[in-house]
Amino acid sequence: MADGDALLRLEDVHTDIGRYRILHGVDLEVRRGRVTMLLGRNGAGKTTTLRTIMGLWHARQGRILFAGRPIEGLATPDIARLGVAYVPENMGIFGKLTVRENLLLASGPKGLAQERLERVFACFPALKTKWDAAAGLLSGGQKQMLAIGRAIVEPRQLLVVDEPTKGLSPAMVEHFIAALLALKEEQTTLLLVEQNFRVAQQMGDDVAVMDQGRIVHRGPMQALVGDEELQQRLLGLSLGAAG
Amino acid sequence: MSDAWRQRLNEWSPYAVTPLLVLAALPAMGFGPWLTLTVAGLTMGMMLFLMASGLTLIFGLMDVLNFAHAAFITLGAYVAVTVLGLIGGWAQADALGPNLAALLVALLCAAAASGALGFVFEQVIVRRVYGAPLLQILITMGALIVIEQLVIVVWGPNALPLPKPPSLRGSLLVGTSPIESYRLVALCVGLVIALLMHFVLTRTRLGLLVRAGVEDREMVEALGYHVRRLFIGVFVAGTALAGMGGMMWAQYQTLVTSQVGDSMTVLVFIILIIGGLGSVGGCFIGAILVGLTSNYIEFLSPKLALGSDILLMVLVLMWRPRGLFPVAAH
Amino acid sequence: MAMDRPESPRRGLLSAILSEDPPGGRALNALLLAAFLALLFAPFLFPGAKAIGVAARICILVVLVASYDLMLGYTGIVSFAHVMVFGIGAYGVGIVLAKAWVGWGAVCLGAAAGIAIAALLAVVIASLSLRVQAIFFSMITLAVASFAQILAQQWRGLTGGEDGLTFSVPEALRPSFHLLQEPLLGLQVNGTVVTYYLTFSVALLLFLLMLRVVNSPFGRVLQAIRENEFRVEAMGFQVVAYRTMVCVIAATMAALAGGLMALVLRYVGPDATMSFSLMIDVLLMVVIGGMGTLYGAVIGAILVVLAEYYLQNLLGRLGGAVAQVPVLSALLSPDRWLLWLGLLFVLIVTFFPQGIVGRLRRPRR
Repeated sequence: MADGDALLRLEDVHTDIGRYRILHGVDLEVRRGRVTMLLGRNGAGKTTTLRTIMGLWHARQGRILFAGRPIEGLATPDIARLGVAYVPENMGIFGKLTVRENLLLASGPKGLAQERLERVFACFPALKTKWDAAAGLLSGGQKQMLAIGRAIVEPRQLLVVDEPTKGLSPAMVEHFIAALLALKEEQTTLLLVEQNFRVAQQMGDDVAVMDQGRIVHRGPMQALVGDEELQQRLLGLSLGAAG
Repeated sequence: MSDAWRQRLNEWSPYAVTPLLVLAALPAMGFGPWLTLTVAGLTMGMMLFLMASGLTLIFGLMDVLNFAHAAFITLGAYVAVTVLGLIGGWAQADALGPNLAALLVALLCAAAASGALGFVFEQVIVRRVYGAPLLQILITMGALIVIEQLVIVVWGPNALPLPKPPSLRGSLLVGTSPIESYRLVALCVGLVIALLMHFVLTRTRLGLLVRAGVEDREMVEALGYHVRRLFIGVFVAGTALAGMGGMMWAQYQTLVTSQVGDSMTVLVFIILIIGGLGSVGGCFIGAILVGLTSNYIEFLSPKLALGSDILLMVLVLMWRPRGLFPVAAH
Repeated sequence: MAMDRPESPRRGLLSAILSEDPPGGRALNALLLAAFLALLFAPFLFPGAKAIGVAARICILVVLVASYDLMLGYTGIVSFAHVMVFGIGAYGVGIVLAKAWVGWGAVCLGAAAGIAIAALLAVVIASLSLRVQAIFFSMITLAVASFAQILAQQWRGLTGGEDGLTFSVPEALRPSFHLLQEPLLGLQVNGTVVTYYLTFSVALLLFLLMLRVVNSPFGRVLQAIRENEFRVEAMGFQVVAYRTMVCVIAATMAALAGGLMALVLRYVGPDATMSFSLMIDVLLMVVIGGMGTLYGAVIGAILVVLAEYYLQNLLGRLGGAVAQVPVLSALLSPDRWLLWLGLLFVLIVTFFPQGIVGRLRRPRR
């Protein structure tokens, strides 16, 4: 599959939680090798979309294709094994396990490959110093580093991340943007949910905006950045302000 | 500065409870009784740990509270009676070697029987009720009744005697305090199994998965592991442990009744609550606390003895409402 | 979704008494009517102290089980301490009658004391433990109930220990008392009969009261909590307060039932009033009858009590037929009635979790 083709595609996906329909026909395309940002107000259904992709919630209707292959009925572990890494909003860190053990869980049967580990340390040096510490004792930023580090310690085709910069200091945010962009260099495809438009605009190639369980806008990031009026309408904000 | 201290104190204080209790008991009674009772309490704690640890793991990982757990304890005890009857030669010989061998065989058979029943139980019953706490409680209660009645069908309604092997009937004298030989054996067995569990949980990939799963099952699945397949293994391990606990306890009591599991149920629950649901380490400490408290109080004030464990639970809950070592996810 | 009104267009007195919550369904209506009539005329239909005793027990159990259904079926709370409050109610009346004086005032005092303690316990347990996970709560109730039972067994001075207390009841309730000199329709109307009708009337009243509670706005909130607690909390209701309230109501009912039991038996003891096997019986009754229906308590209580008596008979006869076959004869021994009841329980929970009433009821809302 060539670059720019859709690595992940959602077609008319509907998801219910209990008796409530959250997603009302989501059509989304994540192109290979690019960074796709999923934006929208709180409660628009962004997290639900990610969870549906990962099989944590099942789509009531619609199709999800990963590298051309339907995955909407698959169990979460099977989806992960296809090469999808997921970083949830709460980071999913195992607090009682050490940093080392957290990373070990993410690695393959052969354990931690030194070379991959070095790359993780290069992006996030704090993980090396806190190697044997219980993950629960790390600071918020360090936990986030661990979460992302865990997602990249094995080569993946797609990284699905829910609000990577939430609650981080501006310096940390810059650090993360750099790390994620470095990933992009290596042909990893990224699907990110981001509340902070400024951050989103720095990282994203493509953007999809959600509202009330539907995609209400999609296209290249540049187009949205240039159109202040569109931003106002979709996100209720003006350029320069954080979401 | 004081914040870091406070945090450290917070973290380490649950560990201090047991040693403090042991030390506090010493002045309340003479050294002699103290030694005997402490060993008795530790031994009882070990056996309770065997009975409770399986349940806490099952609950921690699978969110299943198996109210039928007592049935596996009972089954282990009855299987032990049958097995020890079959290898009477070893069990009744007046030599340490054969006696220990007999106990070991009985232990393994009890584990196997309870584990096998656990497997069937998981496939037939537990599987249907994942994620439905109400149904779980009801159906496992019903299963408890049925299994215990079936045990009576097979082994009869009368209490069965389970005499200790001859070489373990006596006591060793430490200074002036007698320490029952069987207690020492039970203590060792419990410790070995506890250490084995610790090893598996902390040094193997499997143990890592279980520990991570107890904290956040979904995330483990998102990392590519089929946690459901782990469930069966953990359930079987849990019920096997219960069987072993039942066997050791019955041998200790030298009597097996169909109520043996039930009589332990409340204690096991108390241990789980004190230790923190899902924490094996907490279960260990909780079991020891309960064992020690039972023995100390029984000596100091027999009237209070029966309720002492519940009072202990209330005290611990007032200090730590989620138990001594709560595991994050719940 | 229009409301499906029951077949009779008349709203009438009956409907109001039943709080617009009739059993629903012809078979069910017939069953319950038969049950009601049987209980109403029990002393005439089944004469003899033993049969009346069974009927009285059924009436009391209906209240106990229905109050349990309030918590379990309507609110989704699994408590193992329900029989404990039943016992407290029984001991309340029993202790006053045994230790203080005998008379109607004593009965009222005892009942009030029992209710007060039961309600207080309910508030304490509920407000402390309902903040934690459901399973944690159930385990704690088990431990507390166990403690109460131990207390009852050990505190000889107050409760008579393992042996319990026997006492006299007010004159009108004593077997030797004759309300009418001549037999009425063949029945000697003595104290036992009076006791029975007292029990029956109080039980009926409490049952109807519970029907009113579950069909009130309060009751609807309870059901909403059972369905989805978070949504209810989000709508602004204090879930813990509602749950505490329902526990208090249930405990009060159970305590009253316990008081009645004391009067009927003229005896209280830990085994009769607080045992774990009684708790299991209650669980069996509420599930087999049908959770969340209240009427299920009636069906369940009658079924299980009759099963206890007649299942043993049946098993005895079946067992006799296969006395030669070793395992089969053990399975069919009358002592193993609990095995079969337990199997029935498991089957019902698995395949008919709505229980008998749930199954027979016509779908309404």
